[in-house]
Amino acid sequence: MMLRVISDRIKGGGRLSYEEAVGLFKNDDIFGIGRVAAEAAERKNGKKAYFIVNRHINPTNICVNRCKFCAFSRSKDEEGCFELTIDQILERLSSVHGVSEVHIVGGLHPDWPFEHYITMISAIRQKFPLLNIKAFTAVEIDYFSRISGRGLEEVLTKLKESGLQIMPGGGAEIFAEGIRNQLCPEKISGERWREVMEVAHHVGIKTNATMLYGHLETFEDRVDHLFKLRDLQDKTGGFQAFISLAYHPKNTEIGGFYSSGIDDLKTIAMSRLILDNFDHIKAYWIMLGEKISQTALLFGADDLDGTIIEEKITHMAGAMTGEGMTREDLIYLIRKAGKTAVERDGLYNEIWKG
Amino acid sequence: MERISKEEALAHFKSADLLDLGEKADLVREALHPEGMVTFVVDRNINYTNVCINQCRFCAFYRDAESPDAYVLSEEELFKKIEETIALEGTQILIQGGLHPNLGLDYYTALLKSIKARFEINVHGFSPPEVCYLAKKHNLTVRETIQILKDAGLDSIPGGGAEILSDRVREVLSPKKIKSGEWLRVMEEAHGLGMRTTATMMFGSVEAPEDIIEHLDAIRSLQDRTRGFTAFIPWSFQPGNTELSRDNVGLQGSIRPATAIDYLRVLALARLYLDNVRNVQASWVTQGLKLAQVALRFGANDFGSTMIEENVVRAAGVSYVVSKEDIIAAIKAAGFEAAQRNTYYSIIRKF
Repeated sequence: MMLRVISDRIKGGGRLSYEEAVGLFKNDDIFGIGRVAAEAAERKNGKKAYFIVNRHINPTNICVNRCKFCAFSRSKDEEGCFELTIDQILERLSSVHGVSEVHIVGGLHPDWPFEHYITMISAIRQKFPLLNIKAFTAVEIDYFSRISGRGLEEVLTKLKESGLQIMPGGGAEIFAEGIRNQLCPEKISGERWREVMEVAHHVGIKTNATMLYGHLETFEDRVDHLFKLRDLQDKTGGFQAFISLAYHPKNTEIGGFYSSGIDDLKTIAMSRLILDNFDHIKAYWIMLGEKISQTALLFGADDLDGTIIEEKITHMAGAMTGEGMTREDLIYLIRKAGKTAVERDGLYNEIWKG
Repeated sequence: MERISKEEALAHFKSADLLDLGEKADLVREALHPEGMVTFVVDRNINYTNVCINQCRFCAFYRDAESPDAYVLSEEELFKKIEETIALEGTQILIQGGLHPNLGLDYYTALLKSIKARFEINVHGFSPPEVCYLAKKHNLTVRETIQILKDAGLDSIPGGGAEILSDRVREVLSPKKIKSGEWLRVMEEAHGLGMRTTATMMFGSVEAPEDIIEHLDAIRSLQDRTRGFTAFIPWSFQPGNTELSRDNVGLQGSIRPATAIDYLRVLALARLYLDNVRNVQASWVTQGLKLAQVALRFGANDFGSTMIEENVVRAAGVSYVVSKEDIIAAIKAAGFEAAQRNTYYSIIRKF
């Protein structure tokens, strides 16, 4: 009944209230919620479901933060730590073809100066003039600002001038302060994350947004997080896509269980319904697995993300997914979901459709 | 509720909205199991031999008798596996193997008697291809063969070897394996002798939607007569390391595994069609825990086995390392009460 009222309002361009959103999260009717979300997705993107041929590069796993849920980071000199030189990064990018975007995230390295990152981005831009460069989460940007003594606007402008076009949405985790302090006390606050994103949007960098769920948070915390993203998007319009990240419990200090497949699908659907000002909801297969990601295309998602060659962060936390999917794999999954497969670049320009 | 006809089922399969189909199946599941409980069995899958004369094209497990990694399990190994199963609170062993040219009925009866003399455990074993092979070898009827196995200690029969109960498909997949009629015959005779069995379906290879409906209809019709099936278990063909995927029999391009959406559709349709089969299993072994959880809202009410050991699917490149605790946690996270059951779906303990 409540769903019917909400569905009609959304169709007319109305919005979900906080109470309604919490109510739906607690509601067991995954079919009804999924259907309304799928309709909302179709109004935005028709029958299209996007994918991208991209490559992930993690320049280093040495990190001063050491978040409790992260199985990837290492201290300097710890076994298993690594750092890539800029030449090694360029080499890795040269070894693959047909890639339209590089995705770069890494640890907060204790010794690398801000100039190192500028050199890295400039070198990639120079060698690959057409490649979309998506790099550095808000956490890294904040770190660059601190180690360089420059303001956010200056840091982001310099990166943009070097060739950075897009920022990934990582590091948002969950904004709710109490939980955030338990999960990642060393990490920037939710407020600071949003501040970085606002400045990035202001200087003309497009970004994604994420939410890490399935750990210690409540449904209220999830709704709070999504509403804060919606508010910021109302202000800037700079977010391209939202990605809900299912928490992976293995090898992390927090432990716990995997989120259920049902919760994953409901969270996708709820994000589609709440984030009515986001164009895209991504079912990131490396996090959700290809099976839940494909199913999510019927629950409001319109993007499976990429072929992703080399992904380390999630796999070190016990992701049970494979490390890569081919272009054909992604097209097959999308078609079997009854959608039109669209290959996109980093800015959602259509490269191929079929 | 009125029965779904074959024509309706086919229309659902080809064009129904998956969420609508899932919702209907979910309502049926809830009506049959209003207590909101999802069950599982603690058992061990013991493959007594990997030697098989059938050489099915979808199988990565079988070997020739001369192959260097061909084996027949020794009594000692078998007993050890059963002891370990009981130590893990297991109530059942699922014992299946290839069709070994040198093993006769005395091997099977001796095996069953030796197990029953030592252990209190339900022996769920010997799928219809094995039963038929023994009958033929010893010139016995299927009924006589089952009676001999039952007298030696066999408790129930697994539904393996059904694959798709359409001879057109079987001709491509497993030309040497028993035909549909023989599979159904074994089940009917077993039910007639008072034994319970399961029914399976392996989809996602070379079948058409019509074949799937044909299969479901064969199960439903037999169940109308015997009421002997405890559960229906659909699972998808796993193409790794199999002859079928290497040769792409009759297909353009390579065979890809059935996707999640295909699986949910088949599962929901099975729940709707098989109105006389009480339990439908989610296959976490082939689908992973997360999709198996979703399956609990698309018609399934049982999580199958904890699979202390699974050799056959693992040989095809699929393996999920999952403990009993993982299964209980997964069921609870999906919003259900978790309970261990026995072979006959009686509850042993709740978690």
